[in-house]
Amino acid sequence: MPQTLAEKIIAQACGRASVTPGEIVTCRVDLAMIHDSGGPRRVKPILERLGVGVWDAERVVVISDHFAPGFDPESVAILQLTREWVAEQGIPHFYDLQGICHVVLPERGHLKPGRFVVGGDSHSPTGGAFGCFMFGVGATEMAGVLATGEIWLKVPQTIQIELEGTLAVGCCAKDIMLALCKRLGMGGGQYQVIEYTGAVHHLPMAERMTLCNMAAELGGQTGLVAPDEVTAEFVRNAGGGEIEIAAWQGDADAKVLETHTLDLNELVPQVALPHSPANAERVSEVEPTSLHQAYLGACTGAKLEDLQMAAKVLRGRTVAPSTRLFVAPASTRITASAAADGTLKTLTEAGAILLPSGCGACAGYGGGGLLTEGEVCIASTARNFKGRMGANSSEVYLASPYTVAASAITGRITDPRPFLEGAA
Amino acid sequence: MNTSHNRTGRSWVFGNDVNTDVLAPGAYMKSPLAEMASHCLETLESEFARKVQPGDFVVGGTNFGMGSSREQAAQVLKHLGVKAVLAQSFGGIFYRNCLNLGLLALVCADTAEITDGDELEVDPRAGVVINRTSPQRLACEPIPEHLLEMITDGGLVPHLEKRLKGERQPTCGGSPP
Repeated sequence: MPQTLAEKIIAQACGRASVTPGEIVTCRVDLAMIHDSGGPRRVKPILERLGVGVWDAERVVVISDHFAPGFDPESVAILQLTREWVAEQGIPHFYDLQGICHVVLPERGHLKPGRFVVGGDSHSPTGGAFGCFMFGVGATEMAGVLATGEIWLKVPQTIQIELEGTLAVGCCAKDIMLALCKRLGMGGGQYQVIEYTGAVHHLPMAERMTLCNMAAELGGQTGLVAPDEVTAEFVRNAGGGEIEIAAWQGDADAKVLETHTLDLNELVPQVALPHSPANAERVSEVEPTSLHQAYLGACTGAKLEDLQMAAKVLRGRTVAPSTRLFVAPASTRITASAAADGTLKTLTEAGAILLPSGCGACAGYGGGGLLTEGEVCIASTARNFKGRMGANSSEVYLASPYTVAASAITGRITDPRPFLEGAA
Repeated sequence: MNTSHNRTGRSWVFGNDVNTDVLAPGAYMKSPLAEMASHCLETLESEFARKVQPGDFVVGGTNFGMGSSREQAAQVLKHLGVKAVLAQSFGGIFYRNCLNLGLLALVCADTAEITDGDELEVDPRAGVVINRTSPQRLACEPIPEHLLEMITDGGLVPHLEKRLKGERQPTCGGSPP
């Protein structure tokens, strides 16, 4: 029977030749990823109550990112509890304050095509960019995974997003996702698999990660991109070794629920108005709203490529005096790369303020970058729910790193394309 | 957990796309559950946490609980005594979190028929919502038996405790390799 890529991965994980959408199967988990917020502090008491430890310490990755780098007594205690639990369980793969889990996990070679991976965070679909079936769960369910190495799921249908054409100057994966959120809505995914095909294979891994990451915002269980040579090169450089490409492709005649086509040639820079990613509009048609803050951060919007996009716009320019620009590179390795290639120099000379690598401002956890009453921010993050980045009356607009950078320069929502004319 | 469903409770009606961040705001994620619960849904209805009574129902439109995987979004509702969440559709992670924490989440296509303040009762096994105020019977998707068993046990953790003691079979069909 022809199978989608997701079905092939699930079938392998549950020890079957094939699976059919709608059936409930119990899968063996290849890898479980948890972070400081939903991880040890929540799963430790549950595992103790059950009287068990983690089922396989080699298959667990712990990444402290939500309360990074520790900014008050509570957050410092949570980070310390995380370290102690990791030591107690003998977990070898622990990344303490090294960046955001969804970025660190592939960066350190943990993701390879065909793996069935569970993450204790809703943006876990990011892992789908590497041809993994990776989805997010809550802490109690994760405790069940850590105790047993298994999880049940209802085999999801696949929604195919066929990308055509080439992105224009000033457009990137974030614009694709905001346009899709508007078109399909935040419930459009209905807990299905969002598989990107076609011109996605011309995009670098960082951009594929943004597409899969925001499958969460489409309501999908996960996002997915079949592996190719670009995937292979990334995994090899991350120390993950060689990958199988041919084995992890969906069959051409596999049944998908629906296919949506997006012509990248027609795409223009997008901005999502408060308080939903689905409120996307063309930036050229949005009021030039004044901004108190611009934020380049999060798993969605602060990878090296994202920072380079912002730098292209900011090179030789400065941030408006009325606006603060915060930059939180998604990982410490990205900070190092951005320092080495001059990106950080460009950003900081333009007036950017650096924040630690972590989730703080995007998720409103604290540690810098929060908004006070009535403030307006433009961010390269994935979510702009009411009050998410701080005060209930604050407002967040979502946009690409290009658009965030252009808006930081003018102090109001701005189309980045004029800033990119003649740029390399 | 009290699994009798013959008691009515008041409905608290919200719209579409109620997200996890308004259920459990990020600013309170390191606070004790009781404090977090006191801010539940305050962005949408400032009096909710103060006025909701044990046995009440939270009713939404489509995509209820979308957003984060933070299970505190379900846990605060349970803490406040909410008996069940009824919605036309749920965010996938939130739905699983509810059941895993022993909180009923019922998919009901007709929640638009329910008005804020209506007295409701539910039968998750039969898949029925009874509105005593209108009065009206609405269909909801029945919860499969293996999941009802987990909810009856009080959620995944007490269920796993029983399983480790050999009192329960694995959570669902499909044997692992």
